[in-house]
Amino acid sequence: MTSSLTQSDKRGVAGDRVFSALTLSAGVLILLTLAFVALFLTVNSRDAVYQEDQGGWILTAFLDYAYPLVIGTLIASFIALILAAPIAVGVALYISHYAPPRFSKSIGYVIDLLAAIPSVVYGAWGMSFLGPALIPVYGWLHENLGFIPLFAGDPSQTGRTIFTAGVVLGVMILPIITSVCREIFIQTPKLHEEAALALGATRWEMIKMSVFPFARAGIISGIMLGLGRALGETMAVALVLSPGMLTASLISSGNSTIPAEIALGFPEAPPGSERQAQLIAIGLVLFLITLLVNMTARWIVSRHKEFSGAN
Amino acid sequence: MSKRVDVIDLNVYYGDFLAVEGINMSIDAQAVTAFIGPSGCGKTTFLRSLNRMHEVLPGARVKGQLLLDGEDIYDPGVDPVTVRTQVGMVFQRPNPFPTMTIRENVLAGYKLNGARLSKSESEEIVETSLRSANLWNEVKDRLDRPGSGLSGGQQQRLCIARTIAVKPDVILMDEPCSALDPISTLAIEDLIGELQQDYTVIIVTHNMQQAARVSQKTAFFNIAGTGKPGKLIEYSDTTAIFNTPQEKSTEDYVSGRFG
Repeated sequence: MTSSLTQSDKRGVAGDRVFSALTLSAGVLILLTLAFVALFLTVNSRDAVYQEDQGGWILTAFLDYAYPLVIGTLIASFIALILAAPIAVGVALYISHYAPPRFSKSIGYVIDLLAAIPSVVYGAWGMSFLGPALIPVYGWLHENLGFIPLFAGDPSQTGRTIFTAGVVLGVMILPIITSVCREIFIQTPKLHEEAALALGATRWEMIKMSVFPFARAGIISGIMLGLGRALGETMAVALVLSPGMLTASLISSGNSTIPAEIALGFPEAPPGSERQAQLIAIGLVLFLITLLVNMTARWIVSRHKEFSGAN
Repeated sequence: MSKRVDVIDLNVYYGDFLAVEGINMSIDAQAVTAFIGPSGCGKTTFLRSLNRMHEVLPGARVKGQLLLDGEDIYDPGVDPVTVRTQVGMVFQRPNPFPTMTIRENVLAGYKLNGARLSKSESEEIVETSLRSANLWNEVKDRLDRPGSGLSGGQQQRLCIARTIAVKPDVILMDEPCSALDPISTLAIEDLIGELQQDYTVIIVTHNMQQAARVSQKTAFFNIAGTGKPGKLIEYSDTTAIFNTPQEKSTEDYVSGRFG
């Protein structure tokens, strides 16, 4: 028996099923990919921490090898963030709230163009132009601020230091942070902006009162995306940096980052050797660092949920 | 404090488009003045020109004079930011700052002026403002909760509290009840009656009963057709506008025969 209630739109229902299956498989695919990468890294790094002929576990040896690279990676990314984040937020604000409408579009395009430059080009630029250009700066920093351990050691004569690498990374992550921030700044509800203006806020005060609180989560996401790129960037760092031992000085040659170490070492490591396992193992470490960074960002974003602009 | 507003030959433009033309009117201090008229007749545009919020939109500008107790707010030397601290505004949709607590929302205007308030001073401002907005009893136990957690009517009263906290001379209201239920509307209307003792209140409304209930004077705006500028058709005591209008179009509009 059929009534008007039991009859349904068959085609609509089928479409609904197909679409829900599609989205489900897309979601599962991402998780599977992630799981396989994690599994590959874990299985293949076993040899780096366990060697029969060296008496079993050699975790200490591996950690001794890994920690300077971890610190180097963090330093380079940190420099990049310190330089890029404020500039990116400023540029995004200029585009969204200050620039005349005619200009804002073209400035946006130019910034996006920065993202289209291949990283090997950035590396070449950092190695052959930026590095040498920074040599006098390093000399000055060493002479005047040498008492700070960061500027202590002998200034590099080629300019190929962790600081130069950080600056190059900063330029590279500028576009991604800028475009994420710009998108979110533009979405600030007019209602909130006008609420601030009607109370007698200047433009900057209006931005502090309504744009930044609304965009907070977006700014953090943008910075984390940038950090993710900086942490994983290989080519540019491999070209710019002349790698060496861990040193506190930012202006001497030395230090290295995980991606650069892997890129430089992998072609020379025999397949199946302990060296290759070691390189894969630091890859796993980088994977975990990135995961941690992302989770921290999520946590920061979700902390004041009820105060967010979403409700 | 409450100031009178005199409008002399005011034209309001969006770029080249003349939105409101040739307004001349005097708005009394310590009274409620209502703007009524069909949608698109320029009453909101005109209202926003009274505290220079109009010019926030790109290309928007104004010609003519707008005197606040004799001082032209469109004088070249006048900073719109100063004007807005003296002419407050309540919007159509309640817009408390979502990231701020109820207390911070009320004090938002003070923070802007850079005033350093002691704890007791700020407590007092929060309490008096919320009391004047008839909201104190409902929120006094949750001043540190977000303002966005209140009901629509409470949010709108919070916005009124935020506006009167900085003691403006004039309060502009742009259809303040259009997003609210009848009970909340009643609460706001009662509040408008009380605000009139201390402030010049100017309210835009689509609800003619509301204009009749709350205002002493009413201005009727109309347009000749789409693309034509809005004009002030008739401005008089509210009772006169609703009972003995002088213009045919006013009569048609207030009696519901508008079309």
